[in-house]
Amino acid sequence: MTTEPEIKYGNNMPWRPNTEPVEDWTKDYDIFDSGYIKDPFPVWDELREECPVAHSERWGGSWMPTRYEDLFKIAQDIQHYSSRNVLVVNFEENPDIEVDPVIAENATAGAPPITSDPPIHTWSRALLLPKFSIKAVNAYEDETRELCNELIDGFMKEGRADVAADYAQQIPPRVIASMLGIPKEETGEFSGWVQGFLEFGLTNADIRSTSAIQIFSYLMDLIQKRQQEPGDDLVSYLINAKVEGAPYPVPTPHVLGTCFLLLVAGIDTTWSSIGSAFWHLAQNPQDRKYLLENPDKIQTAIEEFLRAYSPVTMAREVTEDYEYKGCPMKENDKVLMNFPAANRDPAKFEDPDQVKLDRRVNPHIAFGAGIHRCAGSNLARMEMRVAIQEWLKRIPDFRLEDPEAVTWAGGQVRGPRQCAVVWDA
Amino acid sequence: MKVEVIREKCQGHNRCFVVAPELFELDDEGYAFASGDGIVPPGMEEKARLAAENCPELAIVVTEDVPVASSQ
Repeated sequence: MTTEPEIKYGNNMPWRPNTEPVEDWTKDYDIFDSGYIKDPFPVWDELREECPVAHSERWGGSWMPTRYEDLFKIAQDIQHYSSRNVLVVNFEENPDIEVDPVIAENATAGAPPITSDPPIHTWSRALLLPKFSIKAVNAYEDETRELCNELIDGFMKEGRADVAADYAQQIPPRVIASMLGIPKEETGEFSGWVQGFLEFGLTNADIRSTSAIQIFSYLMDLIQKRQQEPGDDLVSYLINAKVEGAPYPVPTPHVLGTCFLLLVAGIDTTWSSIGSAFWHLAQNPQDRKYLLENPDKIQTAIEEFLRAYSPVTMAREVTEDYEYKGCPMKENDKVLMNFPAANRDPAKFEDPDQVKLDRRVNPHIAFGAGIHRCAGSNLARMEMRVAIQEWLKRIPDFRLEDPEAVTWAGGQVRGPRQCAVVWDA
Repeated sequence: MKVEVIREKCQGHNRCFVVAPELFELDDEGYAFASGDGIVPPGMEEKARLAAENCPELAIVVTEDVPVASSQ
């Protein structure tokens, strides 16, 4: 059982956490409210209707659009909305946490390109995209299939597994490891670090800092190894890449930041998507049957899982005082990019709360929109597809062990964290 | 019928390519462009429309009536 960490933000932040129950979601929403994390959909419906760009003072203050058209517009407007800080809550570094001087010197570039604005964003993205094309990620498909089957071998006979922790969570770190040229055995701590940074660390600055330092330390060490002895892996590629508009060689802080991004953005996002898809399939036998009988429809189905259970909310910072649809946004205000709510907007999607695996028209923005469209979207799709295909081949019938026992994480990335399923072994 | 990808709008979601690989291609960075001259072969019209409808960036333009044989 995971326990909630103590709320901690540093003593000099100009605000204090407020965990009182929410009375009015339009003026005082709380993205960490446990009921909201479990079932945010009625709140989004209310906000879209009554206050489509809501504001709350909680967690340092933020704006939160919930309509597709607003999310789309704001995502495209890089002039007024910067990506320099994409986390949903800011915090203050704890000066008592020790940082190795090499890390302090190199962990200075953020996590490009996700935290970059043009012009750095432009070359930083060009550097990364060829390695995440459909063709490039499909090179990892066979080993992902093998990995899924190994995981299933581990619990098949027991007739029970936690599909979030024992399956979904295990897949992305090992695929990323393979891309970085790291042995699978070394990935044991990745999920914990990333969860520390993006989940527990959202409400506890010390956990966030400590997790970031662990990730940076591991990666800095890896980069130094690859600088000495380059290989056929993504880290070596970044170190030696010649890309138009980019400095050559790409500065080490940038390489470190991009590797940090690959780890942080590529793990619990995809694990959450896979987990949510299984949470759905466990409760909907007709959808399992549909996928088994229509294997060629898997890609359409993946898009529907992405739409209906979009995991990721990113943040933007307002670059200058700016009024958006009557909302007086101030410089440095945070805007929560609630892409998941946009994807349930009835103005854009017919019957948005119904999961229709054969939905033909589905221009969802689960991966964002505009210049920050998730660079790893093809990798995420491949992992989701393979995870579902391999499981259904071997465990076509399964159900939730106890629907009430499923736990959800949210805030920045929403998905099930404990989701036990059972089947006839 | 003709399809065209507006390069400035495409952000590489790759949805068009997955829906209609016969009509679209991707460059090394994953940005899409119409195959050949963009003329949609007979029978592929529905796929062309579907690709446009699924593009989150509204980057695909479908021109229903293209003068026949103008480019032949």
